Formats: sequence, structure tokens, C-alpha cells
Amino acid sequence: MTVGGEGLWRELVPQTLARLLRTYGREQIDLCEDAVQDALLAAHRQWASEVPADPLAWLVTAARRRYVDRVRSDHRRRDREARDALLAEPLSGPVSSAADDSLLVLRLCCHPGLPRSGQVALTLRAVAGLSTAQIANVYQLPEATVAQRITRAKRRIAELGHALPRPRDDADRLPPVLDVLYVMFTEAHHTTTGEPAHDAGLAAEAIRLARLLREAVPQDTEVSGLLALMLLTEARRPARLGSDGRLIPLDEQDRGRWEPALVAEGLSIVESSVVGASPGPYLLQACIAALHAQVGDTASTDWREILALYRLLEVTTGGRNPTIALNRIVAEAMVYGDGTGLAQVDELARQHPGLPRLAAVRAHLLERLGRGGEAAEAYRQAIRETRNIAERQHLRTRLRRLG
Amino acid sequence: MKYLILMQVDPAVLENLTEEQQTLIGEGHQAFMARTKESGEFVATQALADPSQSKVVRSRDGVPEVTDGPFAEAKEFLGGFYLLDVEDEARALELARQIPDASIEGLALEVRPVMFSDLGDL
Repeated sequence: MTVGGEGLWRELVPQTLARLLRTYGREQIDLCEDAVQDALLAAHRQWASEVPADPLAWLVTAARRRYVDRVRSDHRRRDREARDALLAEPLSGPVSSAADDSLLVLRLCCHPGLPRSGQVALTLRAVAGLSTAQIANVYQLPEATVAQRITRAKRRIAELGHALPRPRDDADRLPPVLDVLYVMFTEAHHTTTGEPAHDAGLAAEAIRLARLLREAVPQDTEVSGLLALMLLTEARRPARLGSDGRLIPLDEQDRGRWEPALVAEGLSIVESSVVGASPGPYLLQACIAALHAQVGDTASTDWREILALYRLLEVTTGGRNPTIALNRIVAEAMVYGDGTGLAQVDELARQHPGLPRLAAVRAHLLERLGRGGEAAEAYRQAIRETRNIAERQHLRTRLRRLG
Repeated sequence: MKYLILMQVDPAVLENLTEEQQTLIGEGHQAFMARTKESGEFVATQALADPSQSKVVRSRDGVPEVTDGPFAEAKEFLGGFYLLDVEDEARALELARQIPDASIEGLALEVRPVMFSDLGDL
């Protein structure tokens, strides 16, 4: 995914789309979004020689013209009068800020009535301004498959019609948007496509969109928490993979290779958000990442504080997320000893057999307890169960090290 | 998440299909492809030639050597596959049940998660 000179017009995508939606109605999202993509293509060709004085006005005008062309050529539309009335409607309405526009379009694309894959694909296109081909490339999917997901998502939004959330009416409309952006980000971290540039591009898009969201709702601590969590996680990227493609776990990472600028920004966002906040799940996870980022290694980490935060996170999420429980147990082991951790892991395994990373955590605890034979068996199980090549290589290294 | 649905077939079973069953299978696969394309879950499908057409390349004293015939003598062999991208394993299984082979005694589908994908320059 190359961003390069596309930066300027891609930033204007949500604003352009929001203006069209405000003029023609949100149920027209299918045609409006196609029209914006057409306008982007035109901008690609024409702005290479000269960028217009008012790029947003240029894009809106171009997109509006394409929209009109598309409506005219749409033979399925029989109600000519209604159509003409629609086109005659002037391009006006209350003046909206770029932040409001981004929020409107983000909420639309992340509507909880859409399947996750549809939310992600539509967000990447209609908010991030990527082409269908670029999205297909990131996910290693045929372009037709991605195009179909986007079309279905837009149709679904049109069907949902007036059930759509109004912009800025309350904060509880935000969680679906946060979840979509976080999925986009973790997909970039968890997959190993063999071409890290693809993954890095996706993570960069997720961070860009989280920034956009924070500009729109700067007072929302969960939005700030999400952005900080992404920055603090992304900071570790240079230290996460060995030259052989092996995953390097947190306790073995050379923290000198963490991106200092990302760490600093993440920490500063956490610090300015925690004051007086009753923290939600994203801010809590950002706080945990911040504690890791403030020290040089695992030994000097404040594990008691991390354990307290994981317990709070477990309560906040209703105790329903076994992955959070597993992370909490890792902290328990650091505070109360590996034996305590192992007993809790075994209990969790009874409730959630096959939980990702559980066998790996168990193997690690057994190894530290000096139970080599059982540790080897647990590592073998973890190798069989993982679906991540980098993690599998790391586990094989650990298994070999046991001897 | 990508899943590969491997179609394990038994030539004896295929030989003994009725005309009607054969038609059902053909139409069933066409419909399955159309449905998964429409839902945005289809990635690719391939049908493979009979394993008697296979050559096997394997090391002999560290040097690649080519021999005729299937990799393994078995009643069942890989007849083809669907590569799908779905929300989760439950959906992959739901789709596998819709493949006509799933309703024919003696044929089977194996559903396996994909760890790495490179479909070339898309």
C-alpha cells in the first residue's frame, strides 16, 4: 500500500462523501460512495499537473457531477420526477467541520448491522480512501470479493435507512467504530503475510483513522485510549520480529528498538486521559502498555500495578473474555509465582480448551518451574494450535532450547 | 479468516453415482460458487486431475528424484478445493455443509485454516 502523494486527496475523502450524503441522503450511500471514488480517480489524473486552489470544493463538485451521471444512467430508477427533484436540490445545508464529516462517515461504515468484514472493507474505502484493488492486496483477496463486500455493506446501510445513528448524538454510538479500527489494527499485527509492508500499511491506516476520530471527539477517553494503545503497540514493531521472521515475545524484546516518538506520544495521551476518567477497556489496555513502555525490561516492570489493571479490565468487560483472563494470569504468575499462575492456567484450560496462546503460556510456566518434559509437551501442543507462522517459529525455538 | 475446504473423493464412489446424483453435484457446485461469490467469501477453487496423472518429486540421498504415480496409495484422494475467506470457523463449516459432496456417502470435506496467503500481485 503506497500513500505517497495520495495523502492530500485521501484525507479529503470522508469530507467529500459526507457532503454528498448530506445533500442526497444517507440511503444514497452506494451511488455517493462510487461517485467519490470516481472523483478520486479524476483527481489522481488531473492533480498530477496542478493541484486546485480549493481541493475539497474541486472533489465535491467532481463527485456531485459523477453522482448525477450515475443517477441518470440508472435505468432501474423509474420515478423521474423524484429523481429530478433530487438532482435539483442545491448543494448546501449547515456548514460542517472536517471532524464532524469524518465522524458521520465512520459511524455509517462501522454500523453494527454490518458484518465485520464489510465494516472493515467499507471503512478502508470510504474513510481511508483506499481503492478496492489496494484493499484486496492488503487482505490477499480477489478484487471481486472485496468489491462484493463493499457493495453488500452499502446496500445494507441503505436498507437500515433512518435507523442510522445521528452524528454526535451520544458517546455510546462510538464503540462499534472503536472495535472496527482495533480489528483493522490487530489484523495488521497478527497476520504474517510474508510482506511486512502490507501489514505496516494497514496498521498505519488504522492509526490515521483513530487520529481522525480523536480530532472529532477529543474528550472521549476510550477514543484516546484506543489511539494510545495502537501507538504503544506499533512502537514495538521493530523489536517484534527477528531477522529469521521469528516472533520475539515482550520479555526478550530489545526495548532500545522501540520507536521512541510513538512511545512518547502514546504515553502523553495516556497521561492526559487518565485524570478523572472512569476508564473503559481501551484506556485500561493503553495504561498496561504504558507501564511496559516506561521501564527497560520485564524484571523492573510494575507487575502488581499491571495485575490490578488486568483485574479491572476483566471486571469492566464482564469477565467474558478468556484472553483477558489469560493475560491477567501471566501477571498473577509474575506477582505470586509460576506455581500459582500454572494452577490458574489449568483451570482456564478446563473452561476454554484450545484458547489461543494458552498452551504457550502453560509451556512457558512449566519451563520456568523446571518441569522440562511437560513443558516440551505443552510447547508441541502450542505449535500445533497456533495459526501464526512467526509465533510457531518462536515456539519451536523455545522447544529446541529445552534440549 | 481464510479456510481451505479440501474435497476428498473416492473414485469408486464417483464411478457408481447415478445420472441424477451427477447432475446434482454439478449444479450444486455451480450454485455454491455463485453463492459464495455473491456473499463476498469466495477466493478460489480448483479441481485436480486423477492422481494417476501425478508425478512425485522427492529426495533420494539429498537429490530430487521424480517418480510416476500418486504420493500415497489410498482409497481417497484430493479431488479439488475451495479457498474461502469467512468470519470464523463456524461459518466455514456452515458453508462446507452446503457443498454437494457433503451429502454423498463416501465423499468427504476437510476444512483447514490457512496460515499464510500470497495470491500474487492482485
